[in-house]
Amino acid sequence: MSSKNRDKTEISRRDFLGLASLWAAVLPAIAFLGGMFRMVKPNVRYEESTRFKIGTVENFPVGITKKLEDKKVFIFSTDEGLHAISSICTHLGCIVNITEWGFQCPCHGSRYNQNGKVIAGPAPRNLSWHEISQDIDGSLVIDAAKDVPPGTIFKLKA
Amino acid sequence: MNDLKQSGINKFKNNLKDLRNSFLRSFIREGKPINDLSRAAVMANNFFLHVQGAKTHVNTLRPGYTLGLGLISLYLLLITVITGVLLMIFYNPSIENAYNTIKDINYVVFTGRLVRNMHKWAGEGMIISVMLHMARVFYTSSYKKGREFNWVIGIVLLILTLGINLSGYMLPWDQLSYWALVIVANIIQSPKEVTDVLGITKYFDMGGFSKELFLGGLTAGKESLTRVYLLHIMLLPLILFIFLGVHFWRIRKDGGLTKPEAFELKESDTRYISGPERKTEVFSTNKTYGLMELVKTRTPAVSRDIENNLLSWPNLILAETAVFFLTLAIVMVYSFYIDAPLRELANPLIPENPAKAPWYFLGLQELLSYSAFMGGVGLPGLALLGLALIPYLDREPQHIGIWFSGKKGRYIALESLVVGTFVLVGLLAIVIKFGWFRTWWPDVPQLLIILINPGNIWVGFMIMWSLFVIKRTDSTRMGAIALFTMFLLSYVILTYVGTELRGPNWGFYWYKSQWPVH
Ligand code: HEM
Ligand code: FES
Repeated sequence: MSSKNRDKTEISRRDFLGLASLWAAVLPAIAFLGGMFRMVKPNVRYEESTRFKIGTVENFPVGITKKLEDKKVFIFSTDEGLHAISSICTHLGCIVNITEWGFQCPCHGSRYNQNGKVIAGPAPRNLSWHEISQDIDGSLVIDAAKDVPPGTIFKLKA
Repeated sequence: MNDLKQSGINKFKNNLKDLRNSFLRSFIREGKPINDLSRAAVMANNFFLHVQGAKTHVNTLRPGYTLGLGLISLYLLLITVITGVLLMIFYNPSIENAYNTIKDINYVVFTGRLVRNMHKWAGEGMIISVMLHMARVFYTSSYKKGREFNWVIGIVLLILTLGINLSGYMLPWDQLSYWALVIVANIIQSPKEVTDVLGITKYFDMGGFSKELFLGGLTAGKESLTRVYLLHIMLLPLILFIFLGVHFWRIRKDGGLTKPEAFELKESDTRYISGPERKTEVFSTNKTYGLMELVKTRTPAVSRDIENNLLSWPNLILAETAVFFLTLAIVMVYSFYIDAPLRELANPLIPENPAKAPWYFLGLQELLSYSAFMGGVGLPGLALLGLALIPYLDREPQHIGIWFSGKKGRYIALESLVVGTFVLVGLLAIVIKFGWFRTWWPDVPQLLIILINPGNIWVGFMIMWSLFVIKRTDSTRMGAIALFTMFLLSYVILTYVGTELRGPNWGFYWYKSQWPVH
């Protein structure tokens, strides 16, 4: 064959078919692996919802601190309002205990002050503050998946 | 001829009479191993034996060379497989039943407790024997001369051994299991610590994603147990067996185990070997080697050193059988007296205090208590990478097959042991007594802790010291000895500190009796 009237990017029929079949094999293989990998990530989670109700304002008189054990959250009621601090240690996920000066993790000794700020130990982040809102029926709702900046107080409506 | 004359019934009768012999002949084709030829044939013709050579070098047979450690690891593995299948008959991998079925195995099932103990102790024993096996291979320079890749395969086997043990720890679904699962899941998530610092978690949350894949959700629950069970009984063992097959096949291809260049028989060798009845019957010059000549790898030394290669049957097989029964006996006696732990049912609300990982990860947990990412991912990753690369960074061909490469290596190992102990214990003492950055400056940025923490300082020191040794001795092998010795040392010391000296809230206590009561 003459190469005169071909430009450099042109490839022979044999090469073209070879490459085409190579990619025809490689692409499905990649797609298959990707699909296999994606399959492992669950679409449905059989877990409790991160949103839950904690009852009405009357349950939280000023000055009280409640530990909702199974929800892994502390609720504080002060003059200004309510705030919720997660009890899950940000180091490796143990449950912190409340103390006079703040929170103490039993696993690797992380300590947090009363606002959940790390003061000692390996924890990389402060304890999360969860969002509190009020439902139409008046009950309070916490969303553990929604964090708010520390210091955000949920003001009770008068 | 005779056959033709016989009646059908007669033929049948004779076949029936000969049944025992003809069956045995079909099964063991070479006949009884009564002479050297049939002894060699037995090794070559049996599927399970042919992975080993027909002949074995005396050096390999010396108990003081291999210490039998690779074999012991294999036997412990076999014990876990058999006892594991027995446990699977009763165990039910659901969070409702797992704990109760383990309790049944312990208290109701006939010999259940012994079988469970054997499974547990043989499995954890593997960690010790595999580590010691690695140390044997390392200190005898057996990772050289074509064995580089087999060393890397060995590292994979070590990781798999640890992984199988860890996933098994989570199956009883007691307090130990549950909190180990939570902690491991968070270690898997710990790259988040780095993406957080870089501020890219929102776009690229690798840690969170991996954790979700591992747990099958966001929190530890029934999906997680299914996945851990799958890893423990299926995926990891399958990979382990594949790699183990390659491991053994490569040993054979490399011409058996390493041995010193200048090998000499010793008087004491005769205690555990029986010599050939007639020299060079099998490997005589008339013998054709067939495949061996075609395959381009190190084949069993055919003409060199031939008088020191003895028939594997009975020399090797006897030794292997002895090691097997010794291993089995030790596991059985230990399991008879010492019970595998089982705490209360998993309670997601109350962590144990202190919540400890299984002992073989307590060294890591000590590092974790400085920084989750460095202790759980960064430093172990670096250590494994470093171990895997040893054969490529030290390629000095001398002193293969000699413990510690001789006197100088022995000295370097001892020196590293002493220096390393002082530095590491000193470093730990500082941390325990005075704390670290956050104790001094509560507002220290997380990045600084990720970069500068006692774990990193120790690893940095190990590397600097090994480079210093290389410079001083002009030998990469000596540097490797220093590094490897310090690696083993830190595993032992950190594990000891994590196991014995850490109490509630990960505080430091000399004795368990000093733990505060609560
Ligand atoms: C499941 C774990 C393992 C098993 C069952 C196993 C088994 C064995 C066995 C039976 C041998 C024959 C010699 C002996 O007994 O020492 C051997 C040799 C060897 N192993 Fe392993 N091994 C394991 C893990 C490892 C590890 C962690 C390493 C190193 C990182 C390693 C590296 C080697 C090397 C390089 C040889 C050849 C030694 C020589 O030529 O002298 N193996 N292994
Ligand atoms: S999990 Fe709280 S300090 Fe490690």
